[in-house]
Amino acid sequence: MNVLVYLIPVSLGLGLLGLVAFFWTVKSNQYDDPEGHANRILSDRFDDEPDE
Amino acid sequence: MSDTSLAVCPACVAMPKGETALGVARSDSLRRVELSLPTIHCAACISGVESGLGNLEEVKGARVNLTQKRVAITVEDIPGIEHRLIELLTNWGYPARELDSAVLEKTRNDQHGRDLLARLAVAGFAAMNVMLLSVSVWSGATDATRDLMHWVSAAIALPTVAFAGMPFFKNAWSALRVGRLNMDVPISLALILASGVSLLETMEGGEHAYFDAALSLTFFLLIGRYLDYRTRIAARSAAVELAALEVHRATRVLPDGSHETVPMDAVREGDLIAVAAGSRVPVDGTVVDGRSELDPSMLTGETMPEAVGEGAHVIAGMMNLTGPLVIRAEGIGEETLLTQITRLVEAAEVSKNKYTSLAEKAAKIYAPLVHILAAAAFLFWGFWSSDWRLAINIAAAVLIITCPCALGLAVPAVLTAASGRLFRNGVLLKEGVALERLAEVDTIVFDKTGTLTTGHPRLTNADQVDPDDLAIAKALAMGSAHPLSKAIVAASAGIGVATITDHSEEPGMGSRAMWNGQDVKLGRAAWVGTDDTPTQTTAWLKIGDRVIALTFEDDLRPEAAAAIRSLHGAGYQLQLLSGDAEAPVRHAADALDIPVWHAAKTPAEKVAILDALKADGHKVLMVGDGLNDAAALASAHVSMSPSTAVDASRTSADLILVSNDLREVADSLRLAKASKRRILENFSIAATYNLIAVPIALLGFATPLMAALAMSGSSIMVSLNAMRLGRQK
Repeated sequence: MNVLVYLIPVSLGLGLLGLVAFFWTVKSNQYDDPEGHANRILSDRFDDEPDE
Repeated sequence: MSDTSLAVCPACVAMPKGETALGVARSDSLRRVELSLPTIHCAACISGVESGLGNLEEVKGARVNLTQKRVAITVEDIPGIEHRLIELLTNWGYPARELDSAVLEKTRNDQHGRDLLARLAVAGFAAMNVMLLSVSVWSGATDATRDLMHWVSAAIALPTVAFAGMPFFKNAWSALRVGRLNMDVPISLALILASGVSLLETMEGGEHAYFDAALSLTFFLLIGRYLDYRTRIAARSAAVELAALEVHRATRVLPDGSHETVPMDAVREGDLIAVAAGSRVPVDGTVVDGRSELDPSMLTGETMPEAVGEGAHVIAGMMNLTGPLVIRAEGIGEETLLTQITRLVEAAEVSKNKYTSLAEKAAKIYAPLVHILAAAAFLFWGFWSSDWRLAINIAAAVLIITCPCALGLAVPAVLTAASGRLFRNGVLLKEGVALERLAEVDTIVFDKTGTLTTGHPRLTNADQVDPDDLAIAKALAMGSAHPLSKAIVAASAGIGVATITDHSEEPGMGSRAMWNGQDVKLGRAAWVGTDDTPTQTTAWLKIGDRVIALTFEDDLRPEAAAAIRSLHGAGYQLQLLSGDAEAPVRHAADALDIPVWHAAKTPAEKVAILDALKADGHKVLMVGDGLNDAAALASAHVSMSPSTAVDASRTSADLILVSNDLREVADSLRLAKASKRRILENFSIAATYNLIAVPIALLGFATPLMAALAMSGSSIMVSLNAMRLGRQK
């Protein structure tokens, strides 16, 4: 059972990583134009400045 | 994006080339311009617009948002640049319309939505992790291992409940402070009690901890809140976009004779304002120069144009038809027609009974019942067993089990599904409860001008006029922007054009020319020299000494007859309520088979008629578009406006027909009834589940595992039931 001492923090840490990633996507406006992003990958122009 | 739309996209293939400058004076300062591009839909459209605009020297940056179908352009601050950009985009095959950036700015900073989303994410994260820990407890962890799991759960759950539950605590507190109960009071109590009791149990090394239940409760309820909020914000931003399409500007004439374009609120009393033919009068005022005809239909519902000349009083909102006018702005902040109507709207909104939504009704029954049950369980078990720890545990279990998880999702899930489906059909729902009110409607009152009719006149007696005479009328009418002239040209499509010379147009009067050595005129009665007073819209054609009347009628919308028939078939009582004169109203009512009609009503009389219907116990749906309907729209039980309606009416209306298709009225009514049924079904699902679970909790047999299963089960059932609405044909 001692393994729990490592495993619980590891599982929490992974979950937390996901949470932080989600906050980052919200902060960087990645949900503002989902349709546009889906279509932009079809264009061969590089999208250097996704923020605006 | 669909394949069929790809195939018909005319501009996607050809990349706009060539233009590198707009040919206007340059400027150093930058400005942000937003344009609506309703037709863009694919990857090629994005690169077409962005690279096309990027090639322009004046444009510093352009970014397309495909979801909202807009482009944001950073451009040098040059007067009139928007119009050049719109022209250019339209030439490339993307019809563009200007959006008012100031109006859009209000919805851009969506602080509340992000806040709610953050709480939802934290609650979701914590619920998953604690559930994971709880699973090991349920599967048989004991002693030190169980205590460890509980302690870790507590460390995650307590801060999360404090953070994520904040919206509920705040609402509950503001209700309690004024001595009222709302749905958030039992929610908050359950959250606090469950966390507190579980913490005590953990300290004592007890068996049952409800941390997972408290967290999943928070998570599910926040989903409901977030859906609710999203529905409202989606409708609001769509409504804002409609408002932003109307850019409120006026053209001011400066003392040196030059013109400048200024925003409406910069106009002061006494300013001279130029009104071009084909645009709306921006402010009330007096004509100081020019002659024209004004179309008052948006204001009063009357379809007969009004001739104005120097010294005439004009009212904001009228459409200038023929000649350019210069008016002196006056009556700003005084008794204008608009302020009178605004006052009527406000009065109607105040007198409107506050509608109790289904969710509020459910909360009213539910909240006291839960508290009484929990308190009774606590006292009974406390006195009967003298074990107060057991008693508080059971009371917490009762609160958790009965907690309105399913109730909290029941209404928002249905409204989200329903408003999504309405939106796809081209109907904008501004407020969720309007859908519930729509389901109760038994009487529908229509406005005529602009709602049942197109607002464009049609020549009615073309077959009684000699084709040769009509050919002269056509020749005189050609090239004119006047709606009656356009109607003449449209009605005489199969007829040749007579040869006329010396053609000249006299603003506000008509046009004249020479034909075969004779003087020919087309225009107003007084101008051609006849004193007939017609009952309907008429233009007069004078050939030599002969005078021929050309009568017009406001054309019914092509789908109006079918829409009215389906509403008749569904058993609704229909009425026509118009500000127009009696003859055209009677004619429209006959053509559409509407039994009850009222003509020549002022805005106040319209409200009075609706109030009388209300007093008879009818629930009225008002459909209207003009400024004269705004007050009636506000006083009706529920109201609809086409998106072509004036600002004031769109603001008053609960639903907006973005597609401008009257058949959506019947469809929306059907959907509203289905939604109400679905909400009631959801309530009974939640109630059934409570009927089974509550006795178990009261008897003290409830475990955290049961609470978790029951809560998730009922919430998922309610959401699935709601989602059926979105797909139903």
